[in-house]
Amino acid sequence: MLEIKNLHVKVENHEILKGVNLKVNAGEVHSIMGPNGSGKSTLAQVLARRETFQVTQGEVLFNGKDLLAMKPEEAACEGLFMAFQYPVEISGISNAYFLRAALNAIRKYRGEEEMDAMDFLPFYKEKMKLLDVDERFMTRSVNEGSSGGEKKRNEILQMALLEPKFAILDETDSGLDIDALKIVANGVNAMRRSDRAIIVVTHYQRLLNYIVPDFVHVLVDGRIAKSGGKELALALEEKGYAWVEAEGHTAAVAV
Amino acid sequence: MQQLPSYLQAFEHSQKQAQAHNQEAWLRGVREDAFARFCRLGFPTVHEEDWRFTNVAPIAQSTFQLPERGFNGVADHDVAPYRLAGLAAQLVYVNGRYAPGLSRLPLGHNGLKVASLAEAILKEREKVEPHFARYADYRQEAFTALNTAFFEDGAFVFIPRGMVLQEPIYLLYLNVSSETPLMAHPRNLIVAEEDSQATVLEDYVSLRPGVSFSSVVTEMVAGEHTVLHHYRIEREDTQVFHVSTLRTQQGRSASVSSHSVLLGGALVRNNVHPVLAGEGGECLINGLFIGNGRQHMDNYMKVEHASARCDSRQFYNGILDGKSRGVFHGRIIVHKDAQKTDAKQTNRNLLLSDEAQMDTKPQLEIHADDVKCTHGATIGQIDEEAFFYLRSRGLNEASARGLLLFAFASECLERMKPGSIRSYLERIITQALPQAMHPEAVR
Repeated sequence: MLEIKNLHVKVENHEILKGVNLKVNAGEVHSIMGPNGSGKSTLAQVLARRETFQVTQGEVLFNGKDLLAMKPEEAACEGLFMAFQYPVEISGISNAYFLRAALNAIRKYRGEEEMDAMDFLPFYKEKMKLLDVDERFMTRSVNEGSSGGEKKRNEILQMALLEPKFAILDETDSGLDIDALKIVANGVNAMRRSDRAIIVVTHYQRLLNYIVPDFVHVLVDGRIAKSGGKELALALEEKGYAWVEAEGHTAAVAV
Repeated sequence: MQQLPSYLQAFEHSQKQAQAHNQEAWLRGVREDAFARFCRLGFPTVHEEDWRFTNVAPIAQSTFQLPERGFNGVADHDVAPYRLAGLAAQLVYVNGRYAPGLSRLPLGHNGLKVASLAEAILKEREKVEPHFARYADYRQEAFTALNTAFFEDGAFVFIPRGMVLQEPIYLLYLNVSSETPLMAHPRNLIVAEEDSQATVLEDYVSLRPGVSFSSVVTEMVAGEHTVLHHYRIEREDTQVFHVSTLRTQQGRSASVSSHSVLLGGALVRNNVHPVLAGEGGECLINGLFIGNGRQHMDNYMKVEHASARCDSRQFYNGILDGKSRGVFHGRIIVHKDAQKTDAKQTNRNLLLSDEAQMDTKPQLEIHADDVKCTHGATIGQIDEEAFFYLRSRGLNEASARGLLLFAFASECLERMKPGSIRSYLERIITQALPQAMHPEAVR
């Protein structure tokens, strides 16, 4: 579904990703872990097509199409979704209006019929129940005055509603207490399907107790330094990132 | 070169005509005094602090004619887009002249008066004279002097004691340009007696593109314990010069809101000047201006706290595109005895192009010692984070930008009381935004 080949990315002349290779198939959940500043969020945002990053080398295929040639809205309409690390507050636009506009933009792109308010509302309410969100939330402005946890829950609610083919969760666990973490994880697990792939970007292992990944990759200094199964996350928790960093360093010296 | 001689000629002509129409002596005196003042003051220049950001030379150097008498050429179907259901009354003016055939007078409200001001001056002098030209200062302000000297008509609204009028009063000013640039000087007097409530909308519209000049003065007297909502829409053609003044006199515990929405005009000056003259009064001054092309929109606020324990709130939002220029000048004057004043001022602006320009200037003059005054202003671009966020959910650039602009504009709408006028303004504002979005289901 997603194939990243030798991806190099710069921000203001500073190289952040230095040759990332990753293949994600439909039905899989991958976790990308790594210390702060390793390039995790940059990778997530490049995939979501944030234009402030400059791709200097490499390619990314999304269902066989050139993802790096797409605008953010095209990637979204093709079925890509990123849950933001820092969801944006937009006062003056209600959640319900925003989400219906987004859903209809995607449906229109796909040649499907747009959903009217009558059909949209029950659909929205069903998803709100899944994430334990109060119905009053619909008329509130997007993320305005919400706590960090509420914002993250709203990201997963949006994902549940937009039903992407491929989702990237960028540090969705940061700032969540254990109850909110479980609700968010349940929401994500409910979305696991054989035709959908998910990348979970996180610094800590705890979220992975609830969203159990098929593969874990450790990003260090702009490269994937180590890949493995879910047990890799546990090893990291125990030994810390320094372990992989040291290993990566030795490997680099050996080459 | 200021074209003052042309005004002298026009003034002599109109006074002669007025004589034939039985002009009352007191009014004649006021007009002559005002005209003399205007001649002495001349048009303001950018050397005056209050006009620093707005050069009215294009008005001063042109010659404008008063409209000829006779058929105005406006038919009922021209007014159809401006009809609203559920109004208490709608008065229609064409180039500043009352059009009784197009107007709808109030029915079934005992003691309520909504009528032509010229008519009220003749028939209800006892209600008009105690207030007319007592608040808007024609001795100091050139445009007020000009309006006072030349006004032909406008609205007289009188809300009797204790009346709660829920249906809005709609004053519609149609600008129909002709080959020679015309001027109009609409003059309104709104008097709300003790404990009454009402809503008045002034709407300035062009039926044809063309150059013209309007100077408007509205005096609004809010008696003790009144609740008044005043709305002004300026949506004339982008060749129109428009200077307006809303002067509000607030009594004890009166609550007045003024909402201005500026969309049209070439050069627009919007003066809002409330005087909180009685204890415990409050006023809300809310505005939105959307400029494009070479439009110039100047909002000049002068909020006078003349009595203790009054609250004032100013919120102005501006959206400027093209080479347009916006001004927000917010004066707050707290008189010596106005203790426990609570005054707040916020001006937020979005610049959509590199060539758009905004000048914002707070000016606090505080002569009391126990007061709370705050002010804040921001000038920025569309929030890139929010823009990316919307696009990452599938909205294209035009929709995302349109939605963010609507959200910014709706801050102004949300400060209006929900009802037919707010919905009407929401439709008008949405159409005026650079990328119109369908507002249906926004809330």
